Amino acid sequence: MPSPAFETPLIFDGGADGRANRYVPAAPPLGELLPAALLRDDLPLPDNTELDVVRHFTRLSQKTFGIDTVFYPLGSCTMKYNPKINDALANLPALRDLHPFAPDELAQGALAVMWELERSLASLFGMAAFSLNPAAGAHAELTALLIAKAYYKKKGDARRTTVIVPDTAHGTNPASAAMVGYRVVSLESDRRGRVSVDAIRAAMGPDTAVCMMTNPNTLGLFEDHIQEIAAAVHAAGGLMYYDGANANALMGNSRPGDMGFDLMHLNLHKTFSIPHGGGGAGAGPVGVAAHLVPFLPTPVVRAAGYDETHGRWPSDGLTFALEFDRPDAVGTMRSFWSNFAHMVRALAYCYANGAAGLTRTSQLAVLNANYIRASIRDLIDIPYDEINRHEFVASAQSIKRETGVRALDIGKALLDRGYHAPTVYFPLLVPECIMIEPTETESKETLDGFISALREILIAAREAPQTVLDAPVTTPVSRVDETRAARQPDLRWRPPAAV
Amino acid sequence: MYTPHTARDVEEMLRVVGVPSLDELVRVPDAVAVKAPLDLVPGLSEIEIAERFAGFAERTAAGDYLSFLGAGAYRHYVPPVIGALAMRGEFLTSYTPYQAEVSQGYLQAIYEWQTYIALLTGLDVANASVYDGATALAEGAIMAINATGRKAVLVSQAVHPNYRAVLRTYAAGIDVAVDELPYAADGTTDFATLEGLVADQRYAALVVQSPNFFGAIDAPAAAAVATLKATKTLLIGVTAEALALAALATPASWGADIAVGEGQSFGNAVAYGGPHVGFIATTDEHVRRIPGRLVGRTADKDGRTAYVLTLQAREQHIRREKATSNICTNQAHCALIATIYLAALGKTGLRAVAAHNLVQAAALRAAVTALDGYASRFAAPAFNEFVLRVPGRAGVTLAALRQRGIIGGLDLGRFYPELADCILMTATELTTTAHIERLVQALAEIGVYPEPSRGTDAVARI
Repeated sequence: MPSPAFETPLIFDGGADGRANRYVPAAPPLGELLPAALLRDDLPLPDNTELDVVRHFTRLSQKTFGIDTVFYPLGSCTMKYNPKINDALANLPALRDLHPFAPDELAQGALAVMWELERSLASLFGMAAFSLNPAAGAHAELTALLIAKAYYKKKGDARRTTVIVPDTAHGTNPASAAMVGYRVVSLESDRRGRVSVDAIRAAMGPDTAVCMMTNPNTLGLFEDHIQEIAAAVHAAGGLMYYDGANANALMGNSRPGDMGFDLMHLNLHKTFSIPHGGGGAGAGPVGVAAHLVPFLPTPVVRAAGYDETHGRWPSDGLTFALEFDRPDAVGTMRSFWSNFAHMVRALAYCYANGAAGLTRTSQLAVLNANYIRASIRDLIDIPYDEINRHEFVASAQSIKRETGVRALDIGKALLDRGYHAPTVYFPLLVPECIMIEPTETESKETLDGFISALREILIAAREAPQTVLDAPVTTPVSRVDETRAARQPDLRWRPPAAV
Repeated sequence: MYTPHTARDVEEMLRVVGVPSLDELVRVPDAVAVKAPLDLVPGLSEIEIAERFAGFAERTAAGDYLSFLGAGAYRHYVPPVIGALAMRGEFLTSYTPYQAEVSQGYLQAIYEWQTYIALLTGLDVANASVYDGATALAEGAIMAINATGRKAVLVSQAVHPNYRAVLRTYAAGIDVAVDELPYAADGTTDFATLEGLVADQRYAALVVQSPNFFGAIDAPAAAAVATLKATKTLLIGVTAEALALAALATPASWGADIAVGEGQSFGNAVAYGGPHVGFIATTDEHVRRIPGRLVGRTADKDGRTAYVLTLQAREQHIRREKATSNICTNQAHCALIATIYLAALGKTGLRAVAAHNLVQAAALRAAVTALDGYASRFAAPAFNEFVLRVPGRAGVTLAALRQRGIIGGLDLGRFYPELADCILMTATELTTTAHIERLVQALAEIGVYPEPSRGTDAVARI
């Protein structure tokens, strides 16, 4: 699906003074309202007509691939369909325009949304409670590690300063560990692509605070010894942390809480169908087992009159409040309570599925990924060729050796055929890695089209490699000079006078 | 359910995979398999979901009230053109633009956002966004800590209390001390003790917010800035109400090395706290310490202008534990909304909106302080909010106003025990003369000595 190949001037290149402001009545000059010393001299922004603005951003949108336009098999990112009803509900004026400092009694419906979501996630993943506070996955990792740090401090255990991270982990894991002053101990996967119980036992020490894992791991493989691993970590006094990036594989089938995880996060912008929006906003609820509940960040939603005998659904009849006064809490992680508009979307998604629907969602995500793997295994190396979960990795290493075509090139050739590229070069332990995650919202026809395109590229790589190396040729630009971008950073437009 | 699979699809696909059933396909060791039924909200049709959420909306009554809340989240006029463009599926459903060739549109929009923030703050360079104003401050402080090698930060008490709270949360993780500078009688930061405090060069940065949490314009005087420069203490300027950047002297002009803040006012809804959009801008000197994503302009291999994520050597997926931050997902779509807002409003529109905020806040302040027993708590010039001292406890006045359909503002006693008789009140371009008259009338009715409100009757008798 080629995109229009026109250049779009910067918004700063057009416009003319006086073309803007149709939106508010004429106003007195600022100089009449405040002393000149408090005001800025100039505001060098363009005035545009609304039509200029509409054309500019419409054209920019046409040069951008989204799930709404193409299949997006981006491994580890769970690019599933984002239902439009969710956006409509987030835009209900009563919820959209609700001020975060509105009194609790005037925000009961919004608090009910947060509470229902929090309770649903707790049941689905087997945790005692969730906090909806963190803004994204990495933010949630930071939150969870702060919880671990506060937990050990409360226990008077100051020795625990290391985090065990398998080599299949996301780059955010070690970066988050550094932000709480923890040192990272990297753990090698075994030849089955899993963490072995022996390796964990060997790595554990009196200084181990947390073992950060995901299951299925980033190779798409289920860690089948997870309970023994958790037991070994717990026996040595450590905590188990579940990175929820791959949660789309196991809803209704297996729960991190039952595997022995003490802490976890979810990327609502992956598993719960929230649009990625070009890189955010996301949302990263943090879940904890019972012994860590007091440390959750503030605020949490409290339901007065709630007990386990209350039929939870619907939540009508309960009275909610934001609770800030929690002496053991790690503090607060952000300006206000949650990325609330996304909580509306995530809860709507839960309602659209229910427990049975979410269970089937994960089953079909696994089916779609296995179907692609089984359909291309004769043409490309599959380093761990077994039943995978919601994603799998292939390796272009032998193709590269034979033809010079790399994983990157295969991804670029897919762009010309109307598909987003898979994730490439991650996880790091597989050379020339291609990581494919189709998600459950794609039909068999779409997968068949993708499989044909991929087969065509793999054949072309052997027969006419230059055609793959030159790709893409139908996109608005060809391959981009990243070296120049980094060596001579041009990170903004400057007004002509200041050049 | 949003899955397209027919029974026949499933059957055919399972055959290709070579597994007899879906249950067999997803089998996990028995010990970790779900056995008990899950306790989730029920599955509903779309029409039932819409009904359910209409119920949530109905139980959220704040929208029926006249509101003077601000304090870091501001309701401004959002022209329909913003949503019409930002909600285009190509933008909304795209991933982080790692594949530059099919992300040129979004990358250019982020480059334009970076430019807008640089122009508004007066600094050289801005990043592609962070989570919100509070985390922008925390990340800005980490930049200063890394730049100076000092393990303490000094922050004005007139900085938003939630921002200070988040700064303390982050600081606890890396064992950094956070000390506070008090506010003065006029509501601006008291710099009297600054010289003594920073003399031993222990602070990485001083954090000042303008307009500050009390609404007061709080740019530090030249002497304070000179003290900071002399001790190589960086100055971090915070802006919680981004609209002020269109009118007031820029953080760069008053000496900020790093400007951080909240861009929600540019076209984003208050949305009960998020998502909003944080920004970080700095000088060229510190560009390689900036956290998160940056978009650069370069060329493609055929020489055409092209945009790409750049300087990624700072970032977590390359540098792992040595990254400038762990941030990965940011607030790209909120930044896109802000960019479209800034493009639509332009210089003329932004200045007009800023002027209306100044005019309406001044009118509100004049009207309520003309009432017996009510007064401005602080004298410093303000932008669109100010602190009103009321007779008695602020909470009592606010409760009485609520019974008259008005959310009067924020009870400052919540954050400042010494200001328990004060309300932070905000006016924007959406505040009308009729709104102000309604508030004045309600305050006049409540009178000088409101009783604790236990019900409508108790207050009505006054």
